[in-house]
Amino acid sequence: METNDGKQLKVSAIKNGTVLDHIPSCQVFKVIDILGLSGSEHPVTFGVNLDSKSMGRKGIIKISERFFKDDELNKIALIAPNASVNIIRDFKVVEKKLLTIPETICGIVKCINPMCVTNHEDIPTRFRTIVKGSEIQLQCVYCEKITDL
Amino acid sequence: MPKSLISIQDFTKEEILHILDVAEEMEHNKSQTFLSDKVVACIFFEPSTRTRLSFETAANRLGARVIGFSDAANTSIRKGESLKDTIKMVSNYVDLIVMRHPLEGSARYASEVASVPVINAGDGANQHPTQTLLDLYTIRQTQGRLDHININMVGDLKYGRTVHSLLQAMSHFSPEFEFTAPDELKLPQEYRDFMDSKGIPYKETADLREYLDSTDILYMTRIQQERFTDPVEYEKVKNVYSLNASMLSGVRPNMKILHPLPRLQEIATDVDETPYAWYFKQAENGMYVRMAIISYLLGKR
Repeated sequence: METNDGKQLKVSAIKNGTVLDHIPSCQVFKVIDILGLSGSEHPVTFGVNLDSKSMGRKGIIKISERFFKDDELNKIALIAPNASVNIIRDFKVVEKKLLTIPETICGIVKCINPMCVTNHEDIPTRFRTIVKGSEIQLQCVYCEKITDL
Repeated sequence: MPKSLISIQDFTKEEILHILDVAEEMEHNKSQTFLSDKVVACIFFEPSTRTRLSFETAANRLGARVIGFSDAANTSIRKGESLKDTIKMVSNYVDLIVMRHPLEGSARYASEVASVPVINAGDGANQHPTQTLLDLYTIRQTQGRLDHININMVGDLKYGRTVHSLLQAMSHFSPEFEFTAPDELKLPQEYRDFMDSKGIPYKETADLREYLDSTDILYMTRIQQERFTDPVEYEKVKNVYSLNASMLSGVRPNMKILHPLPRLQEIATDVDETPYAWYFKQAENGMYVRMAIISYLLGKR
C-alpha cells in the first residue's frame, strides 16, 4: 500500500470497488475521462506522483462501488498498458487483473491524417491495434494510416 | 453488408485471379446484356477522365444504365449535405455505387453506410483498387504469368497509391522489385517492413538506368503535384526522370512499360512507338477489369 512512512495512507482504502494501480502519473486524468468517472455518484479518489518501486512515480485511482466490464477497462490499455486492476470486496483484494490491448479501438483517439474522412465528417473513429514489441500502433480502419501513440 | 471493393486487401488471391479470368472473358466478348435490369451510380466528387469513363463504359457494355455526377459542385454537397446522407440516398436508388472522393477513408465509410456494393474509384491518396487489378491483368497479359515477375517501379514511390497497392497485391505472386526514386520520394518504411515480413527481395536506386535492362515490367508513375504540401519540394523533383526511346536499346525483349496515366514528361512521346510501350493498352484493359468487378460484386460472375 502507498503509505507515507507507514503513518497514513495517501489514498485511503475502499471497502468495495475497483482500484487501478500503476497508471503513468501523466495519464491519470485521461483515464478518469475515458472511464467517465467525472459523473460518478460514489466516491472516487486518486493520486498522482506517488512513489513506486517499479515505475518511479505512478498514479492510482480508487473507485468505490464500481465494477467494470473487461471491455471498458481495456480501453485504458492504450495509455496505461501496465496498469493493474484490483477488485476489492470488504477491504480485501478478491481479484487481480492485467489489461489486454483490444483488437479495435473505437472513439478515444483521433486519426492523425488531416485528410482522413473521420476528421471531416461526423464519424466515430475506429482503429486496429498493431503491437510492435513494446510499442502500440493504431491503424485507422478508414484511411489506413498509422497513428503512433 | 454486401461485398464491396474498397482496398486491394479486401480480395483474396483466389478472388483476384477470378476477376482477371472474368476480365479476359470480357475482353473477348465486349458487349453483353446480363445487367440490363441494373442501375449503377458513378458519383465522382473529384475530377477524373479515365476512371470515370471506363467505369461508365463498363456498366453500359454490360447492359446496365448509369446515373451520377462528375463534379460535386452542382450537387447538394454544396448545400452542406453530409457524405452519409448522400450515400444513403443514392444507395436507395441504385444497385451498385462507384465512388471517387478526395477524403481518405471515404470509400470504406460509404461501404458501411450503403445498402448496395461500393467500388472505390479512388479515395484521395489512399486506395485505388481497380487500378491495381488492371495493372495485374496487364502484367499477366504481357508476361503470360504473374509469378516470379521482376518489376521496376519508378518515380513517386512515396505518395503514389498505385505503387503501394500494386506491391501489396503482387505479394501473392513471389515478385522481385526494384525501386527507382529520388531520396525525397523513396518508398515509405511501412512498405519496406511489409516486404521484409513477406520475404520479398528488393533493390533501390535513384538512377533510372541502373535496373532498366534487367526488368520485366517498368512501372512508371507521374510525380503528382496535388500530393505535395510544399511547392519547393515538388519543383525539386518534378523532372527527375525522363524515359526516351534511345534508353531502351538494351532492355529485355519481353519488357513492357506500364503507367497509370496521365503521363507528363516522364515518358517521352517517342517511346509510344516502341514495342515496349503498353500504357494505352493498359488503360483499355481497365474497362474489361471494371466490367469483371461490377459483374462479380453484383453476383453475376
